[in-house]
Amino acid sequence: MIFWELFYTFFLIGLFTFGGGYAMLPLIQERVVANGWMSSQQITDFIAVSESTPGPFAINIATYVGTETTGGNVFGAVCATLGVVLPSFLVILLVARIYEKFKRSRIVAGCMTGLRPVVVGLIASAVLGMAADVFLPMMAEMPTLSLWDQIAAAVTTVPFYMSLFIFAWMLVLVFKKVHPVVVILLSAALGIAGGYIDKFWI
Amino acid sequence: MKQHRLRRALTLLGVFLKIGAFTFGGGYAMIPLIEREVVEKKGWITSDDMLDIIAIAESTPGPIAVNSATFVGYKTCGVFGAVCATLGVVLPSFVIISLIALILNQFQNNEIVQFAFNGIRAGVLALIIKALWTMYKKCPKSALSYILMAGSFLVAAFTDINVIYIIVACALVGLVTSLVMARKEKTL
Repeated sequence: MIFWELFYTFFLIGLFTFGGGYAMLPLIQERVVANGWMSSQQITDFIAVSESTPGPFAINIATYVGTETTGGNVFGAVCATLGVVLPSFLVILLVARIYEKFKRSRIVAGCMTGLRPVVVGLIASAVLGMAADVFLPMMAEMPTLSLWDQIAAAVTTVPFYMSLFIFAWMLVLVFKKVHPVVVILLSAALGIAGGYIDKFWI
Repeated sequence: MKQHRLRRALTLLGVFLKIGAFTFGGGYAMIPLIEREVVEKKGWITSDDMLDIIAIAESTPGPIAVNSATFVGYKTCGVFGAVCATLGVVLPSFVIISLIALILNQFQNNEIVQFAFNGIRAGVLALIIKALWTMYKKCPKSALSYILMAGSFLVAAFTDINVIYIIVACALVGLVTSLVMARKEKTL
């Protein structure tokens, strides 16, 4: 049943995310795409929506997937959101009672020495997948083509250079600590301008 | 006394509704707001508690925002407080995204929107790379952590192995290594 699946999937996502925020991204990409609930491109698009609306990414995407997969049923959104919140809630209630012990626990500290680097590795792999979506959009349509052929085909198209231009500029802005909403609005404007230039002049 | 608790729990709900509705960028962006409301204005918890909360939110599963809301709520007003604070932090997102989900679909086939999202995807890639860089800088550096970073990246990017197994395996490797190292130090 879809409601149980939503709850269960987001419960697992909540339970295995350490470090918050985009640490959740690799798990969401794997689980949500595997279930056929969203494409990886839709997830990237939704990150932009989530950055431009208040609240944590985890809650936002759970609510969105819950709404989308059930055709706008509020109960679907409730199941997914409850699923992603519940592990945090229960674990914190438990930890709050024993928190002096938890702080000094060697087992917790030991696990964290493994968990901090794994989050970095997993987000790096999510970045690679997103880069493929951005620069090699034909990959989804022609998955049988080899990587080199994909790249060779992409570099002959105008959108490839537009994406590269937008990406490079935004990377500079992001590292200059420009606000994410400004980055998103500016890349949207550039995307629109680029799209029409491609359509009418090239 | 009971009434006092109820009032405090309702205030918690209000405070976290406000925090949930006005923070962009999730967990870490919320911490200064929580501090101002709960430590400075209300004096419910101390700023030392706040440091503990951040450390605990980072080493327990789940979003930082939910972890810290639940913890502050529990510290302030028990389980009922935890429920109120968590509900408060979740509800604004839930309502806003539910509404957006209804609208978003109607624009998906619009040409301008498609062009906009082509640009936005490149911008989001830049944002995530920044998030990755921040995570990398925060991660304590050692031979083990470089091995785990590279290993988990390669396995996640080039095999179909379940991400959860990779996470559990790395946690175990970290645990065993640090226990073995601690024992070695003891015997030396």
